[in-house]
Amino acid sequence: MGFHHPAFIAGAYEHPTRYAPDKSIAQLHAESARGALADAGLGFDDVDGYFCAADAPGGIPALMADYMNLRLSCINGTESGGCSYIAHVGHAADAIAQGRCSVALVTLAGKPRSSGQATGTEIRQIPAERPAAPFEQPYSWTVAGMYGMLARRHMHEYGTTMEQLAWVKVAASHHAQHNPQAQLRKVFTTADVLKSPLVADPLRRGDCCVITDGGGALVIVRPEIARSLKRPHIGLRGFSETIRTNEAGRLDLLQTGAAVTGPRAFEQAGLAPLDVKYASVYDNFTIMVALQLEDLGFCAKGEGGRFVADGNLISGSGRLPWNTDGGGMCNNHPQNRGGITKVIEAVRQLRGEAHPAVQVRGCDIALASGPGLVMGAGHAYATVLLERVQ
Amino acid sequence: MNPEMPDRDPYVAAFPELRPFWEATARGVLLLPRCRACGETHWHPRAQCPFCRSTELEWFAACGRATLHTYTVVHRPDGSYVLAYAKLQEGPLVMTNIVDAGADAVLQVGMPLQLAFRATREGRMAPVFRLSSRRQECTPPA
Repeated sequence: MGFHHPAFIAGAYEHPTRYAPDKSIAQLHAESARGALADAGLGFDDVDGYFCAADAPGGIPALMADYMNLRLSCINGTESGGCSYIAHVGHAADAIAQGRCSVALVTLAGKPRSSGQATGTEIRQIPAERPAAPFEQPYSWTVAGMYGMLARRHMHEYGTTMEQLAWVKVAASHHAQHNPQAQLRKVFTTADVLKSPLVADPLRRGDCCVITDGGGALVIVRPEIARSLKRPHIGLRGFSETIRTNEAGRLDLLQTGAAVTGPRAFEQAGLAPLDVKYASVYDNFTIMVALQLEDLGFCAKGEGGRFVADGNLISGSGRLPWNTDGGGMCNNHPQNRGGITKVIEAVRQLRGEAHPAVQVRGCDIALASGPGLVMGAGHAYATVLLERVQ
Repeated sequence: MNPEMPDRDPYVAAFPELRPFWEATARGVLLLPRCRACGETHWHPRAQCPFCRSTELEWFAACGRATLHTYTVVHRPDGSYVLAYAKLQEGPLVMTNIVDAGADAVLQVGMPLQLAFRATREGRMAPVFRLSSRRQECTPPA
C-alpha cells in the first residue's frame, strides 16, 4: 500500500493513573491531551480539531476547548458511549479529508473508581424522558444483569460454557502481567474465574472488567503532517459505525452492532478477518468478546465460546492476539469507556511498541472495535481497521 | 393494588400519549400497540409505528402468555431478583422481572410465563411475569 490513507494516527497516549482522587476530570483530559501531542511531536497550538464525548466536563467540547485554550476550526461531540473514541477516529478522518482540520485531538477521562461507582452492579437510574424508560425502570436492570442475560441465551442456543468464556479473562490476565500499570496483574486460571462470586448469574466477578480512573487521547493528522513527523505511520484503512436498535421488540439479543460495522469496515479496507494480525475487541464482560468476534467474522455465529477457549486469544500462542495491554478485563477501563484504550493498544502493536512479551511480529494490520452504551437497551458500535504504512 | 392513575409518576407524566397504557395496567390489562396501516405489533409503545412510520396506531389487550427468552439472577447486597426477557405470544420481546419464583425455583429458557402486575415505587402498575404450569396458547380474540 502507498500513502493513500485519508488520515493517520500520529499520537496515542494512555494516562498511567488508575486511581486519581487528587485530580479533576478536566486535569486528566488535559494531561492525556498533552501526552498524545508529545507522543506525536506536536503541541496544543497545532490542534485545530477537537473531539470528545459525554465524559468531557459539561458533556460538550466547548469547556475543555476553553480549558486548553484551543483555536479550532472543527469540533465534534459525538456521544456513543464507550465506543465514542473509535467513532471519533473515523469522524476526524472525514473532517481531515474535507479539509476542515489538519490536527484532530480526541480526549477521554473520568474518575469512577475514586468516586466509588459500582458500575456494573448498581441499579441504573433511568431519566424519565428516555423513550424506553417507563418500560425498563421497573425491572431494576444492572449492566452486569443485561450481559448475564446474553450469556444465558448464548449458552442455551449454542452450548457455550462459562469455562470457555473464562478464557477471555485468562488471556487478558496473561497479557496484563507484563503491564506495570494494569489494575489487575494477577494471572487468572479458568478455575479462578469460575469460583469468583456470582454477580449476575451466570456471570461472575471474574467475567467483569475493572473500574478505573484514568484517561487517554489520540492525535489524528493529515497525511502530509504524518509524513513530516518522526513517528511510525499508522493509517486509517477502514471505518464503520452504527446504532444497534432494539428493532421495536424483534431484536436478536445475541447480535451486536459489529455484524453491521465489521463487514462494512472490512469492505472499505479491502481486507478480511484473516488479514488482521492483532485485534482490540471491547471486553466489558467475557460474553461480549465472544459475541463480537462472531459478528466481526473471526468465527461463525455461535462459535465464539469455542473460539476464545484454550488460550486462543493469548499473544504468541493463540490464533488471534487480542487486547495485549490486558484490556478492560485487567488493565484499564477509564470512565467505564474502553474505546480509546482499544485504539491505543492497536497503535502500539502497529508501531512495534507493545510490551516485548506480547508484541505481535510483523504486525501491519490491526482492528479496534467495540460497543457503547448497553446491549439490549439500544447500543452504538464502531470499528476501525488500521495499517502501518512504511 | 392501586387502581388510580398515578399522575405524579414521572415516567407516566413524561409521555402523555401513553396514558391509556398506564390506565389499563391499573385495571390489570396489558395493552399492546398495533399499527392500523401495516398491522404490526411493536414494543415498547411509542407515537409512531417503528416499522412503517404510520401514526395510525391502536391498542389491543395482550393475552398474557409468554415464554422465558433469557434471564439472570441479579445478586445484590440487599437481595437477589430475576431479570428477564419474556417473548410475548403476540411476538415482541420485553424486559421484565420474574416474580414469585421462590429461592429454590429452577428456571429454564423456554418456560411458559403468565402475566402479572406489580406497583412501582412511583405508583404505576408495571407488567411482570410469573412461572406458569400451563403451556397452551391463548385463543385469538373473536
